[in-house]
Amino acid sequence: MADLHETASQTAGPYVHIGCMPNAAGIAGVYPDDLGVQMVRADTPGQHITVSGHIYDGTGAAVKDALVEVWQADADGNYPEDGTGFTGWGRTASDPDTGLWHFETIKPGPVTHGEGLAMAPHLTLWIAARGINIGLHTRMYFPEDTDAHATDPVLARIKQPLRSDTLIASPQGEAAYNFNIHLQGLGETVFFDV
Amino acid sequence: MPSTLSEESGPVFGSVALGPLDGDLTINFAQPGETAIGPRIIVHGRVHDETGHPVSGALLEVWQANAGGRYRHKNEGYLAPLDPNFGGCGRVTTDENGVYALRTVMPGPYPWPNGTNDWRPAHIHFSVFGHSFAQRLITQMYFEGDPLIWRCPIVASVSDRTAIERLIAPLDMDATVPMDARAYRFDIVLRGRRATYFENRPEGI
Repeated sequence: MADLHETASQTAGPYVHIGCMPNAAGIAGVYPDDLGVQMVRADTPGQHITVSGHIYDGTGAAVKDALVEVWQADADGNYPEDGTGFTGWGRTASDPDTGLWHFETIKPGPVTHGEGLAMAPHLTLWIAARGINIGLHTRMYFPEDTDAHATDPVLARIKQPLRSDTLIASPQGEAAYNFNIHLQGLGETVFFDV
Repeated sequence: MPSTLSEESGPVFGSVALGPLDGDLTINFAQPGETAIGPRIIVHGRVHDETGHPVSGALLEVWQANAGGRYRHKNEGYLAPLDPNFGGCGRVTTDENGVYALRTVMPGPYPWPNGTNDWRPAHIHFSVFGHSFAQRLITQMYFEGDPLIWRCPIVASVSDRTAIERLIAPLDMDATVPMDARAYRFDIVLRGRRATYFENRPEGI
């Protein structure tokens, strides 16, 4: 087969929400709902959690026009395959005034990674915003899973402990987590070239 | 990093019930019986992976300025008017051959605050989901013959000239609908099957 070249990425620009979350952008009536805004229902199996955070640029200012997507396994550690039930995928916008984003979801289970091995429970996050030319892939791990972190194959690839700490959320009360993402500078979040 | 299941899997949008008008920006925001103002165009093409295999079921979401170069957004300050019949968003999924088609109006170029006199070439933003989360792509499509393309610093952020040329959709007279709409062809290539083989199938990301 042909050996084709991947289409070049370009910045999402400041108006990504027109296309991806038009209802949130004030364009009502085209789609009934924005895709990915509701990940769970009351009967979705698993521990229901809230994940929230800010995205900070290199000057420490909160990014207010970002699009954040999450992809995750279900409570049993399986990635949904058919789009029914728990979809495993969510999409949210930074608040245009404060920059805060949040997801209501469930805590994923450990994901199989090779025979007898597992990755610690994690969310895969993808971020697009003005000024970002290529969407950024990162992960969020859960603070209570320290034993699983010790054997996680992806965390193991990050040699400096201070850097891998950027992928671990902070507890924020009952079933809630805070995860701040730093695009540049001191404490820059680890992003993956996937 | 070497990919894992977390990157090799991805959301499935087959069950997303797209509305019949979602892919027609000329009418999906318009009052009944009215259409958006501007040159009517069809944008169509095929989504492949890097080995040339079509990507079926890919969700494409697009957004763009109206024919005057004005986005429908509260932060937008350009003096060109809004079109009451144009929202600026659309979406479509590819068929089993990776083929998609949208209808819209030609977006206008617009000035933006960068240098003293920078203008964006006419463009349509594309957000694309393939079969795996690692294939996630956002890009911009330009139009053949637009002299602003080679003056635009955002275009120039892509350092490879041939990669820029692949973002420029040529006029496609064969797909033009006479007395209705011109057509532009924009093919998209998602990363794919680059290095990882799994389950004995020549797939991966």
